[in-house]
Amino acid sequence: MKYLPVQGRTLALLVVLLPLAVLFVYVALRSGPLAPVPVTLTKVENRAIVPALFGIGNVEARYNFKIGPTFAGRVKRLDVQVGDQVLAGQVLGAMDPVDLDERIQAQKAMLKRVEAQLSEAQAGHDYAATQARRYEQLLAARSTSEETNASKKHELQVAEANLNAAREELVRVRADREALQAQRHNLDLLAPVAGLVVVRDAEPGTTVVAGQAVVELIDPKSLWVNVRFDQIHAHGLAANLVAQIVLRSQEGEFTGRVLRVEPLADAVTEETLAKVVFDQIPAPLPPVGELAEITVALPALPAAPVIPNAAIQRINGKLGVWQVMNGDLRFTPVSLGAADLDGHVQVREGLTVGDRVVVYSAKALRARSRIHVVEQLPGVKS
Amino acid sequence: MISLAGRDIMHAWGKFVFTGVGLGLLIGITLSMAGIYRGMVDDAKVLLDNSSADLWVVQQDTLGPYAESSSIYDDAWRGIRGMPGVARTASVTYLTMQVRQGERDVRAMVTGVIAGEPGTPGWPPYLVAGRQITRGHYEAVADIASGFKLGDRLKIRRNHYTVVGLTRRMVSSGGDPMVFIPLKDAQEAQFLKDNDAIRQQRRRTAENPAFNRPQVPGLLDAVIASQSTNSNVNAVLVQIEAGHNAEDVAESIRRWKRLTVYTRSQMEQILVGKLIATSAKQIGMFLVILSIVSAAIVAFIIYTLTLGKIREIAVLKLIGTKNRTIVGLIMQQAIALGVIGFVVGKITATLLMAPIFPKYVLLEPLDTIIGFAAVVVICILSSIVAIRAALKVDPAEAIGG
Repeated sequence: MKYLPVQGRTLALLVVLLPLAVLFVYVALRSGPLAPVPVTLTKVENRAIVPALFGIGNVEARYNFKIGPTFAGRVKRLDVQVGDQVLAGQVLGAMDPVDLDERIQAQKAMLKRVEAQLSEAQAGHDYAATQARRYEQLLAARSTSEETNASKKHELQVAEANLNAAREELVRVRADREALQAQRHNLDLLAPVAGLVVVRDAEPGTTVVAGQAVVELIDPKSLWVNVRFDQIHAHGLAANLVAQIVLRSQEGEFTGRVLRVEPLADAVTEETLAKVVFDQIPAPLPPVGELAEITVALPALPAAPVIPNAAIQRINGKLGVWQVMNGDLRFTPVSLGAADLDGHVQVREGLTVGDRVVVYSAKALRARSRIHVVEQLPGVKS
Repeated sequence: MISLAGRDIMHAWGKFVFTGVGLGLLIGITLSMAGIYRGMVDDAKVLLDNSSADLWVVQQDTLGPYAESSSIYDDAWRGIRGMPGVARTASVTYLTMQVRQGERDVRAMVTGVIAGEPGTPGWPPYLVAGRQITRGHYEAVADIASGFKLGDRLKIRRNHYTVVGLTRRMVSSGGDPMVFIPLKDAQEAQFLKDNDAIRQQRRRTAENPAFNRPQVPGLLDAVIASQSTNSNVNAVLVQIEAGHNAEDVAESIRRWKRLTVYTRSQMEQILVGKLIATSAKQIGMFLVILSIVSAAIVAFIIYTLTLGKIREIAVLKLIGTKNRTIVGLIMQQAIALGVIGFVVGKITATLLMAPIFPKYVLLEPLDTIIGFAAVVVICILSSIVAIRAALKVDPAEAIGG
């Protein structure tokens, strides 16, 4: 075995050991906690932002009609199915009248009887009047006694009272009949407006209590979105703002506007409620209750210093950004203004246009962190 | 004066260096194991750091929200916010679940953060890409370890979320990447049952005559509505005002709000001392055994290296070399071997081994220094055995045997 000369061997050993030593120093300083933190910087820009609010809501019908009987009873028939368009005044179904028709029949008979009684009273009255007149003349001719004449007068008065009673009875019985007829009509379930049948709650034969809905109608033209905004993100919400509506089931956006902001907020969920109406009702009609995402654009704000929201951090209770000045890190407290949905935030105080601030960092930064400015942080796939 | 050790190494440097490299791989594994242990503890600590809370208010008598489940009403923060010394409060939910994206799903800790601005407790403190959440619903900030990219659509329960920002080192104590979503969505994700379960529950309720009473129309709907709402969160994170003592504020919340409150040090105690205690001990035990085995192997290597040179040592003794010189030769070689091994070990552990582990491996400089000292000490100790053998050798062996 031939050995290298000493010089050559030393060289070979150095060739192996030196790179190792260099690598070791590199590893010790460039990785682990001693390594500089890769960061990306951005300049504070002067630009206008368009704040917007984002909320979710459900498609609802403004007018929802629940149609049911006013008395407890059994459903006799229902002529409409869910999805049917109905006209104002259309009969949707009817309740079982049970004995109402028979009672109307009885009232009719009763009416005839009372009419007969009336004509009997009328005849009695006519006769009594004739008799009274005759005895009046006889008394004038002194052909009858005062007493008889008085008794005839009395009979006339009684007959008159009978006639009045019979007339009023006729009125009463007629009113009774009309009442029953009104009740009979009341058993018909009528559509109060033109609309769409959305619920059929009971089938013929079902017994329902007074006030229970049998059929529900909505007015399709009155669809709106009942939208909820987190109170913290509801600043500037007002009526007539333009809104973009995204329905969960449908591609694309619909435009609408804020109809009103509800004066009552939801205290439990800490949300502000608003109603957003469609500019044009989508066709086909979106199902009532469908989830909708609403983006309300607020008026654009004048240009101001703007930073990305990823730059904002809270250190020791103060909101601020890491500013790079002459290669050194400095935490600068800022006060923030309006923000838009793309993550731009206005800076009211603390920074001026052109200041360089840290946006992304591979680690939490400290004032004494060494930084290494890069275009994109390692490991981030775009 | 010429270095006997140096001359001897030069004599067969290839063999020496390769032995050193082999030893280095072993040391690299040991260092990585220490890094895994440190990484586990660090995972638990970054979870606490990332929540940027001073106090954790949880359900009474639970170790929540990380070590046990805890649920408190989502308006509990209002009362806590009014306590003296409280600067900021934020409700938060944590739920470890599978997050779907396209074909694959990733185990992640879904964290619900309240609406607000960056810097709110519970929000990711820094990002590596994208932006923070600005909409109150259906946006997510995911940890980069989850493999999600900006613009990905995630499916959590029945809703889809768009990834708008990426973070780094935001993991649960188990090392699962975190996905931040708005609190209201997270409450839904945590407590919302799947559609089949909801339908079954509705049917069950409808069949219960106590709830479905014909005389009371609307009762059934009201009962079902109340069954499908959720107004709970897992914890309230509290930041305290400067100048207040965390323990004092915690005590007053415990006393007046009848909730359990943990300070940062107590929370760390729960996470490190209880939640990851067994697995950390497991890794720690493995580290101890590995260290012992490494020490034994170093000792064997040096002993064999010395025995291989026994004839040369006998010659040295024969020509009257002092014992001190022979001890120096063996010990210098042992230390040189140890140094090469350590350097190779550190490099392989940092560049090759640490990046391929799925969970975080934290190689601390202090561990490296301790490791270096331990390697040197082990080399010196193990060379003593070899030195004993070398000194006992009979000079006659040089010419005999």
